[in-house]
Amino acid sequence: MELLMGPWPWYIGGAIVALVMIALIFLGRSFGFSSNFRNICSVLGAGKSCSFFAFDWRKQKWNLLFLIGAIIGGFISANYLSDNQVPEISQETVTQLNALGFESAGKAYSPTEIFNHLTNKNIILLAVGGLLVGFGTRYAGGCTSGHAISGLSDLQLPSLIAVIGFFIGGLLMVHVFFPLIF
Amino acid sequence: MRKLVYILLGVIFGMAMYKAEAASWFRIYEMFNFQSFHMYGFMATALLVGLPVVQYLKRKKAKDIHGNQIVIHPKNKSITRYLIGGILFGLGWALVGACPGPIFVLIGAGLFPMLIVAAFAILGTYLYGLVKDKLPH
Repeated sequence: MELLMGPWPWYIGGAIVALVMIALIFLGRSFGFSSNFRNICSVLGAGKSCSFFAFDWRKQKWNLLFLIGAIIGGFISANYLSDNQVPEISQETVTQLNALGFESAGKAYSPTEIFNHLTNKNIILLAVGGLLVGFGTRYAGGCTSGHAISGLSDLQLPSLIAVIGFFIGGLLMVHVFFPLIF
Repeated sequence: MRKLVYILLGVIFGMAMYKAEAASWFRIYEMFNFQSFHMYGFMATALLVGLPVVQYLKRKKAKDIHGNQIVIHPKNKSITRYLIGGILFGLGWALVGACPGPIFVLIGAGLFPMLIVAAFAILGTYLYGLVKDKLPH
C-alpha cells in the first residue's frame, strides 16, 4: 500500500501508459486522447454547422468512456492514493520559478498562483491555453498520446514532426513568453 | 461489459498520469528547462515498451479481439500541419501544464479551473473545424 501511496516512478508511469495503448490496440482501437474534443463537439451538435463534426460519434463512445475513466482515475489518485503528493522537482527549477513569482514551486502538485486564484489574468491564461491545445491538437492530428506514444511506436514520420513541433512550442512558451507573462 | 473495460483502462491511465506526475504543471516546466530526466524517462519508457510490441504485432500480422488484422493507419504525409499544429499545441501544453489527458485527470483530482481549459479546448477544436479548409495542410 505504501508503494501505491507514494509518488510512482517515471518508469512505472511510462510503462503503464504503453500497456494501456497496447490493450486498446488489441481491442481494435487506437490510443488518442485529443480526438475526444472533436467527439464532444459532435455530441454537442456541431455537425449541424460544420461538416468536420458530422460523423457518428457513437462509434467513438469507447474513447469518451476512456475519458470518464481518466477523470475517475484522477479522483481516486488525489483522494485515496495520495497524501498531498508534491512533485520533487529539481532545486534549480524551484529557484527559477521563485524568481518568476511562483512561491508554490516544490510545495504543491500544481501552481496555486495559477489554479487557486481565478483572477482575470488567470482566466485569460487558462482560456488561451485551452484554445491552443484544442486548435493545435486537431491541426496536428493528435496530441502526446496519439503522436508521441502511438505514432512514434509505429515509427511514423508525421508523428516525429509533430513531436518536434510540440517541443518548439513548449520551449518558446517557457523561455520566450513566460518572462513576459509572469 | 465491454464498456467497463474502456472505463477501467481510463482509470489506470489517469492514475498513472497523476501518480507518476506527468499531470503536474511543475514537471512540464522542468522538462522544458531540461532540469530533470523525469518526463524524458517517462516517455522513453513508454516507447521502450510500446515500440517493440507494436512492431512485433505488425510483423506477425496479429489479430485484435474481433479477429481483424491489427493495422495502424498511417498519418497523411505532410510537414506543415504537423509542425504548425504541433507548435500551437506545444505553446498551450507548456502554458496550462497539461496535455489533453491530464486536463481531465486533474478535473477528477479536484483542480476545477481545468474546466475552463477543457471548455476552451473544445471551442478551439470547433474553431479548427470551421477554418480547416483555409489552412495549409
